Amino acid sequence: MGDIILEARSINKYFRDPVTVKVLKDINFIIKKGEFVSVTGKSGCGKSTLLYILSTMDTDYEGELLIDEESMIHRTEPELAAVRNEKIGFVFQFHYLLNEFTVLHNVMLPALKLNKYRHDEVEHRALVRLKMLGIEHLAGKRANRVSGGEKQRVAIARALINDPDIIMGDEPTGNLDKKNSEMVFDIFKRLAEEFDQTLLIVTHDQSFAEKTHRVIEMEDGKITKF
Amino acid sequence: MNYHLIIDVAKALLLARWKQTLVAAIGVTFSIGMFITLLSFMTGLNDLLDGLVLNRTPHIRLYNEIKPNPNQPIYQVKEYADYHHFIRSIKASGDRQSIYNNGAIMQVLQEDKRVSGFSPKITAQVFFNAGAIEITGVVNGIEVIKESQLFHFNDYIVAGEAADLEKVPNSIILGKGLADKLLAELGDVVQVTTAKGEIFPLKVVGFFQSGMLEFDKVQSYASIMTTQKLLGKPGDYITDIQIKLTNMTQAPSIAQEYRQIFGTDAEDIQTANAQFETGSFIRTLISYAVGITLLIVAGFGIYNILNMMIFEKMDSIAILKAIGFSGSDVKSIFLLIALSIGFFGGVLGLMLGFGLSLLIDQVPFTTASLPTITTYPVNYSLAFYAIGTSFSLITTFLAGWFPSRKASQVDPVVIIRGK
Repeated sequence: MGDIILEARSINKYFRDPVTVKVLKDINFIIKKGEFVSVTGKSGCGKSTLLYILSTMDTDYEGELLIDEESMIHRTEPELAAVRNEKIGFVFQFHYLLNEFTVLHNVMLPALKLNKYRHDEVEHRALVRLKMLGIEHLAGKRANRVSGGEKQRVAIARALINDPDIIMGDEPTGNLDKKNSEMVFDIFKRLAEEFDQTLLIVTHDQSFAEKTHRVIEMEDGKITKF
Repeated sequence: MNYHLIIDVAKALLLARWKQTLVAAIGVTFSIGMFITLLSFMTGLNDLLDGLVLNRTPHIRLYNEIKPNPNQPIYQVKEYADYHHFIRSIKASGDRQSIYNNGAIMQVLQEDKRVSGFSPKITAQVFFNAGAIEITGVVNGIEVIKESQLFHFNDYIVAGEAADLEKVPNSIILGKGLADKLLAELGDVVQVTTAKGEIFPLKVVGFFQSGMLEFDKVQSYASIMTTQKLLGKPGDYITDIQIKLTNMTQAPSIAQEYRQIFGTDAEDIQTANAQFETGSFIRTLISYAVGITLLIVAGFGIYNILNMMIFEKMDSIAILKAIGFSGSDVKSIFLLIALSIGFFGGVLGLMLGFGLSLLIDQVPFTTASLPTITTYPVNYSLAFYAIGTSFSLITTFLAGWFPSRKASQVDPVVIIRGK
């Protein structure tokens, strides 16, 4: 049994505007190191909402969240930002690169923010990750000059730069064609199997979910299978 | 906080919208430039106008006013002490115009550290004879060297030499307006009738022009000795002592002190010329008000552009927050953007202001009443540049503060999910 990376303890979440609706009902689960987990469910079942709570970006919930066995409640905003920076890597549906920067600089940003390595070391680490994903030739290009599939790979490289405890993805293949989706999945799989990387991916793509190690199914704000 | 990274990100965001940035910076440049030009020019003019009067006005003037004896005999009768007195029998006496014991007074002034210089003076009322009519005028007996040193007498001489007053016996320098009335040329002899009725010939060695027409129509200058001769007074007769202080603001209190010690009247410059201080103050106030308004308008420009930038960069802000930038990091980034617009715009504005000031300084400006001025006056005080710089930074900081706070409060979840 591996170490516990992420633990949700009876998480409840309400939307208060315009009327109070309970969107997450008593969510409990554990993710261990090296697991490749997907969360599926129909649109509106609360899976994205759950992901943003787990990612510490949404703090308006009841219950307790532990990342790397540390509680995330009663933390200040800068502390949570530091947790996101160091322990969580993000891959979103829309690629969300900073168009003002080059691909290389985009990948380097979280590491520069972490400020743990010297600038040239950070650059080296970024190049290693770009190479691993087969896109080192894009390093010098502006972020808005690369294709959609390439952008998503750049985003994955950026998520990896600080060796996070967990990578979270919100529909990472939702905006990609079949070929690119498969490629992104293969990268995730390789990360999980070769590098023992923990992954938590929210998706409504059943074929994607089926291929992961473990599927958490959600319906109407509750976990129905895990 | 990792400042290097913050600067990096701010720079990238700035350069990505360099046209907008440029417009905002030009706004600051223009307002700072105008602020400095306006103040330099206005202060230059103020100095000029004040100088017209203040340069020639002593900070303290010691003299004896012609007034009735304050100690009338009726006051000394005890029975009538509580009554209103109608009888004032002892009238004013002209003898008191001279300052008694002035040698000792000047000795004291010489040793007073607060006094930067002083010059004795005699004022004599005379008539200038021009054919059949007599023109009233004033002869000021002065020590030419001291008068030039303290009151810039030399600057106002438009023809002849001030020093000739001491060299040529029985000489006079006439006001330009007076000379025109008398049809007097350099080297001519004018006839002066004193108050006692004696006629005295004086040789014209120069003309002066003060800038105040009325003043130039009646005033003339002669040496102390000539004036004493004119009045038939001995060599220790003087009517005024003009004092310049090292610190002008002390004038009222020192005047008070001298009044008691020397037993003469003492008039300070603040009392004599109150209207000039008020005038300069209001002119300065208006210039500052206009300058600061310009800066505030520029501030609103920056505010708008930053607000727009934040609206456009919502995605970038959200992603920065998702990958671990805190709200305060985001705020620092946008504040830095605002401050760099303010800083670079401000520096260019200082140069623009300096350039425009130099330009104004070259524009010819000649007026009959100001013989020493050939171009528009400009004051290159560093204070304006310091105020301009600090104000540009303060305005841009405030203009950046609210948009930055807004940026720091962007909720990444709303943006990322909202697509």
